[in-house]
Amino acid sequence: MKGALRIVAPDPEALKLGLGTDLSLAEARARIANLLVADHDPVADEALIERIADWCDRYTPLVARYGPNGLILDITGAAHLFRGEAALLADVMARLATFGLSAYGVIAGTPDTARALVRIGRTMIVEPGREAEAVRPLSVTALDLDEARTLALTRAGLKTIGDLVERPRAPLAARFGADCVDRLERLIGRAEHPVSPRRLVPAVLAERIFFEPIAHADDMNASLRALAADIAALLQTRGEGGRAFEASFYRVDGLVRRISVATARPNRDPVAIARLFHEKLDALSDPLEAGFGFDLIRLGAFRTEPFLEAQSSLDGHALDDDAVSDLVDRLGARFGVERVLRFVPEDTHIPERRARAVPALSLDDPSCPGWDEGFLSGEPPQRPLSLFNPPEPVEALAGVPDGPPLSFRWRRVLHQVARAEGPERIAPEWWRANDDTRERDYYRVEDREGRRFWLFREGLYQEQQPGPRWYLHGLFA
Amino acid sequence: MNTAKATLAALRRRVAAIEASGETEGREAARIVGLDQGEVDAALGGGLACGALHEIHAAAGADNAAASGFAAALVLRAAPQDRPVIWIRQDYAERENGALHADGLAALGLDPARLILVKLRDPVAVLRAGIEVARCAALGAIIVEVWGEPKALDLTTQRRLVLAAEASGVTIFLLRPGAQPLPGSAETRWLVRAGPAAALPMNAPGHPTFDLTLLRHRHGPPGGPWRLEWNRDAQLFKHQALLRHSAALSELGPPEAAAEGAVLPFERRTAPDRREGEGRAPDRRARSGGA
Repeated sequence: MKGALRIVAPDPEALKLGLGTDLSLAEARARIANLLVADHDPVADEALIERIADWCDRYTPLVARYGPNGLILDITGAAHLFRGEAALLADVMARLATFGLSAYGVIAGTPDTARALVRIGRTMIVEPGREAEAVRPLSVTALDLDEARTLALTRAGLKTIGDLVERPRAPLAARFGADCVDRLERLIGRAEHPVSPRRLVPAVLAERIFFEPIAHADDMNASLRALAADIAALLQTRGEGGRAFEASFYRVDGLVRRISVATARPNRDPVAIARLFHEKLDALSDPLEAGFGFDLIRLGAFRTEPFLEAQSSLDGHALDDDAVSDLVDRLGARFGVERVLRFVPEDTHIPERRARAVPALSLDDPSCPGWDEGFLSGEPPQRPLSLFNPPEPVEALAGVPDGPPLSFRWRRVLHQVARAEGPERIAPEWWRANDDTRERDYYRVEDREGRRFWLFREGLYQEQQPGPRWYLHGLFA
Repeated sequence: MNTAKATLAALRRRVAAIEASGETEGREAARIVGLDQGEVDAALGGGLACGALHEIHAAAGADNAAASGFAAALVLRAAPQDRPVIWIRQDYAERENGALHADGLAALGLDPARLILVKLRDPVAVLRAGIEVARCAALGAIIVEVWGEPKALDLTTQRRLVLAAEASGVTIFLLRPGAQPLPGSAETRWLVRAGPAAALPMNAPGHPTFDLTLLRHRHGPPGGPWRLEWNRDAQLFKHQALLRHSAALSELGPPEAAAEGAVLPFERRTAPDRREGEGRAPDRRARSGGA
């Protein structure tokens, strides 16, 4: 039946009544008269699961999505922080319940085991080495094979995982494919498949858990300073410095806010790092809402690079470079990385594409060559100090069709040209795709008041057509 | 007679010594850079003081480009070689006057690789950034470009800029397009107007030329007007009057000036409808290929 309304997510009550997913709504209504139905909103569901996933970061940085409504947390080495696996699981379930969510949670040796058990609605901890035992009663659908092979397995009388476990693997692989065996091994905890975390795992991280949630800006700054010191110590033992840092603020109601800063060179100076966060927090357009407070603050360094201990040369040049890059970092944190720029030359003749302004932070080596255009000594500037992009149209009057302008009107002011030089022709770069520029004949002109302009005539004169248009492209000093 | 002369000489020496020590005590570490090695420097008492705040106004809206160019030229004079330069700009300035063009900066002599451009939305941010940046002693010079007359640029803010500049030794140029010159804490205040450049052969527009008035000078009377021309190669201002001397012309003019000198009168007569292809630019520089 196409186009019919179907049940997407039945709640436990509905499941008890035998209403499963994919049942058509009409049929469900026929069985249960007073059914409560809400429209399926996949976008909101997605947002909710993402928010929960963010929140789960508090338990481990390794959180992965599984299916539309599952999350996998790799708690290797993290459980003891929550006083053991049982306490951790209880904590997760209790907190989720306070958010009004119903969930199942399984802790097992491999993600596949846990997944299979969660899918049948269990909340449990599988003892290490007893995975096979736990999954034995499950149906072969837990293998997640395609429909044809699942059917083939049941037809062969292999209905549960327990039926498969004892069998020799070679015939199974020959009959049902190698991945069938692979999945089985993972399910019973004998093989492991790495999960891919949804967020980049920081190279180093430090965190502070607060028994009493903190809400004061001073407290937050103090804890950021302490965290920065921790991170700096960790980075020092690795001989590295970080170029991107992220602070995560976990609010008691489950909201997670992340603030990141970047630096131009590997950095591990706790004062500088804390100061960057301070600048950034100060300049946030939507300030950090503390609400009922944060109960966890975490600081992680993401991009780490070898840190060369600065050795001050005799003239202190290296220290100067550091001072400037620290300044760039601070300006970037306060005003936005995209507002602190450096020019990078491009290999083109089109003036407006000649220089690209890139965030100063992103340049590893700002001293890029390519600007020396080979001026002749004694030559006046051939390029204007300021450039209009797009060029501003002007009404110009030329003595002869392809001569320099005699006068032009720009921004409603008439300029009488006293001197002119040109044309300098800049042709379109046909070797670039999507290049819609036309031939331009540029003139350097000076008006009677002594102001210097850069004008161009776009296109060529052609018979029977209106003359080419004039534009003002730049202003000379 | 002899003793009187000797006493006078001794007294002069003492006065000179007192003056010298007073000078260094008053503004220690303040470097002074010459601009033109002539009249302007004399009016400034030797040259432009570094580690101070200098304010630059444009005479009219159309002179904003000239004011920017003058600021860039002063930066080149004031900033120690190869030190980074920061130009803090309000977004509105870019809409009104066009974006800074890296090639144009290079053509004035300022290597774009030295420049860090900070583009900010409002004057408050520009001034905040200016004070922050001015504290960094590793910089060569700063241009702070604020549009119009924002309330935020009050005497207190100017004073803070001055203090930051004095502490770090970084020279700040406060570029003020669209503002009326008013009293403030600046060391010098300039009014810039684009000046007609001395024409090059073929009646081509010449070097950047500024008509300058020194509206205020903290340690002396105002001065001007002067017409100065920026010479990129020497990184120095020259008086245009000098160019009228044939000796100066051959020194400053382009290499082909002498060779083409004979055709000058002819060119002047026919300059407006000069034929295409005789221009100076195309034969000197191979621009893009096809045409």
